[in-house]
Amino acid sequence: MFHRSLFPSDLFAELDRLQRALQQGIEFGPSIRGVSGGFPALNVGSTPRTVEIYAFAPGLDPAAIDVQIEKGVLTIAGERKREGAAEGATRHIDERFEGRFRRVISLPDDIDANAIEAKYRDGVLHVSVRRKEAAQPRRITVQ
Amino acid sequence: MSEKTEVARTPEPTRDAGTLLPPVDVVEDGGGITLYADLPGVPKDRLSLQVEADTLTIEGEIALDVPEGMEASHAEVGRPRYRRVFTLSKELDTDKVAAEYRQGVLTLRIPKAEHAKPRRIDVQVM
Repeated sequence: MFHRSLFPSDLFAELDRLQRALQQGIEFGPSIRGVSGGFPALNVGSTPRTVEIYAFAPGLDPAAIDVQIEKGVLTIAGERKREGAAEGATRHIDERFEGRFRRVISLPDDIDANAIEAKYRDGVLHVSVRRKEAAQPRRITVQ
Repeated sequence: MSEKTEVARTPEPTRDAGTLLPPVDVVEDGGGITLYADLPGVPKDRLSLQVEADTLTIEGEIALDVPEGMEASHAEVGRPRYRRVFTLSKELDTDKVAAEYRQGVLTLRIPKAEHAKPRRIDVQVM
């Protein structure tokens, strides 16, 4: 690999990656879902009315992302193909995810499986699931 | 505060721990280098590219559509900013960098300077 030696930043990138892996492992601690869950990375949040899921899945065709909900389990699946694999090209750094992916999230019991919205913007799939009316906090008037 | 102190206080761009390191692919062919970087969640106007001397800096800030009062319960992307710095080699023509950004993927094309492009040398038969 003659070309690799021309790119000294390669080594620093590797060190950086190691450092990041170490830091993230220490800071967040191992969760039941693992330290990092693979591709796409997921962030989950909730409000009294909804559950919000953000899947960091850049460079996909929105029509080709498979989002399914079954018995309170949300599945996000699809495939990411490699770009720019030209004939006679040398690949110096190869870190981006490539291939089929599938991530499964178990949702809380009070969600309404018929009120789900999914949007794809700037490479992030945002799934918003509404909670059932009956489960939403209500103020009870004291007579 | 005068402007001077403000400038003096601006920290040098360092590899601080507060940023995410975006994964990249770098492919080289005869005409130049193509760099792909994953920056999901960064809108086009929050993306910044900088070439200074032989250093390329990619920075981006994540802006998600978050409903009011949301509480995060699980986060694998724990920081709001990406940053990555590359050292470019001399044969690359940094004046002709072309960038494209689509659905969280940045594609950078850095051509080689004319003199650095591969040439075929004819072998003369005597």
